[in-house]
Amino acid sequence: MRIVVCAKQVPDTTEVKLDPKTNTLIRDGVPSIINPDDKAGIEAALQLKEQCPGSTVTVVSMGPPQADVALREALAMGCDDAILISDRAFGGADTWATSSTIAAALKKLPYDVIITGRQAIDGDTAQVGPQIAEHLGIPQVSYVEKLDVRSEDTLIVHRQFEDRHQVLEVKTPCLLTALSELANPRYMTVHGVMDAYRAKELKIWGLEDIKDTVDTANIGLKGSPTRVKKSFTKQAKGAGTLVKDLSEDEAVAFIIEKLQEEHII
Amino acid sequence: MVEFKLTQEQQLAKKLFHDFAENEIRPLSRQMDEEEKFDMELLDKMKKYGLMGIPYSREYGGEGADTLTYTLAMEEVSKVDASAGITISVHTSLCCSCINDYATPGQKEQYLRPLVNGSKIGCFGLTEPGAGTDAGGVKTTARREGDNYILNGQKVFTTNSGFADIFVIFALTDRTLGTKGMSAFIVERNTPGLSVSKDIPRMGIRAASNAEVALVDVVVPAANLLGGEGKGYKIAMGALAGGRIGIGAQSVGIAQGALNEAIKYVKERKQFGKPIASFQNTQFTIASLQTKIDAARLMVWRAAKAKDDHENYAPLAAMCKLFASDVAVEVTRFAVQLLGGYGYSREYPVERMYRDAKITEIYEGTSEAMKMIIGGGLLR
Repeated sequence: MRIVVCAKQVPDTTEVKLDPKTNTLIRDGVPSIINPDDKAGIEAALQLKEQCPGSTVTVVSMGPPQADVALREALAMGCDDAILISDRAFGGADTWATSSTIAAALKKLPYDVIITGRQAIDGDTAQVGPQIAEHLGIPQVSYVEKLDVRSEDTLIVHRQFEDRHQVLEVKTPCLLTALSELANPRYMTVHGVMDAYRAKELKIWGLEDIKDTVDTANIGLKGSPTRVKKSFTKQAKGAGTLVKDLSEDEAVAFIIEKLQEEHII
Repeated sequence: MVEFKLTQEQQLAKKLFHDFAENEIRPLSRQMDEEEKFDMELLDKMKKYGLMGIPYSREYGGEGADTLTYTLAMEEVSKVDASAGITISVHTSLCCSCINDYATPGQKEQYLRPLVNGSKIGCFGLTEPGAGTDAGGVKTTARREGDNYILNGQKVFTTNSGFADIFVIFALTDRTLGTKGMSAFIVERNTPGLSVSKDIPRMGIRAASNAEVALVDVVVPAANLLGGEGKGYKIAMGALAGGRIGIGAQSVGIAQGALNEAIKYVKERKQFGKPIASFQNTQFTIASLQTKIDAARLMVWRAAKAKDDHENYAPLAAMCKLFASDVAVEVTRFAVQLLGGYGYSREYPVERMYRDAKITEIYEGTSEAMKMIIGGGLLR
């Protein structure tokens, strides 16, 4: 099975602080990590490879040159090779331009299964994975929490929703978007780290490398229809109202009255 | 002068060591210290992720990394747990290095491979009740009988001996020649006559295994002699010289781990209406300690680089150990002070780090022995 994982390098938001004046992220000195959902996707791909001997795992990322660190980490975890899609022409991309660019690169690779993370912690859009599947014209299953192999070309995929689970059978080629619950990422190994820099290949693909599969109107800042109108920090909700010394009936009556006041019921 | 920066490969390895230590070791540290017992599942994980053969060639199943990368592992692991650090260090720097540097290809295949690929654990038996800094005081004997040597004697403070599979044992093949009569042997744990006592109760690094090893008529094949008769003292001193780089790195780790705890604490702890981090005494203390840790780390890296470059690293290793161990004791003492009563409490890890730090001034050559090495070289 030829497995391709798409992974994004993101700032570790657990370490990020907001500038109180501008409400923007202070990214200076913040460590970069592989997006957690994507890392679960890498682990799922490696497990799939272990289940199906002879499989290969290629990890793909779009980002600036320094994103190669994330790809080396994926190689050190056990991925076979890596491609960094990086070019000034791709800069400033929104989800549409990003998915157009990544899909153009994927069109040049053989694949049976493409795994992306559900969403990235720095943008939380959850759009790039599904858009890639649309660009490629292959079936997609989002929110994957469990994955099994049924046969050479069929996967059993468990999807998680807020209120239910779905179990689907899906034929390859297909694209899955991984929840972090899908798999608990393994550590790199020391051997893996050495191999990541000495034995395995990390290719860098620029616009020139995908020019025959990409529509240049759909890349970079110019190819991005999204316009950010305003960024702001969510205001904390009030402390709530504490109402004491009510009987059960009085409490019910009070809640109903409040809900009616707010036109919730 | 080359730049004081880790390569990308070293940085990625450091991330692995950091992640492993934080997620796998930190949750166990306090319990292991309290129970004075190393967690065997943790040891299995350390083997699995390649922490037991870092600076050894892939030809025999090692990781093929450099000494500097090994110091990063020692620092990151010791930041969280010095006992785990010494477990790696004695196995890697002492036991494996003797075999790596002096064994025949056949001995390496049989003994180095399982040690560096993580199948087996090694220990190093030099110290005896009457032989500490004066390693020439070794009394254990090895008597040749046909194709075997018969070993008799007693080793003490043998780290890892509680669970080690392979022992490098130093014994006198000729009592009349002093240190020139000392030889090194590879001894398997299950050899009849070799017995390991209970762990010796200690002030710090309490989770590490450290016991007495008794040798009573232990029959060791002559094929397990390392480097020839009379080479033992040289083998031991060589291993210890390299080992000191690891202990230097362990000291840096203990110090940085303790200072990190203190930094976290002083930002949260409020007295007189403000965080104690806002007091100049706190700021100056932390600034001074971090400066010393950085200096110690650079000395460790310098010694590691010199070893990798096959330069005369022994005095540099002695200096880095002398300085870093002193820094570890000083930083942990201040870390306890910065945390006050909580620092003294076993609910916080700094008291353990303070207890752990002290041994770095003693083992693999005391601070006084380091001064003998450094001074001896200068005044020759």
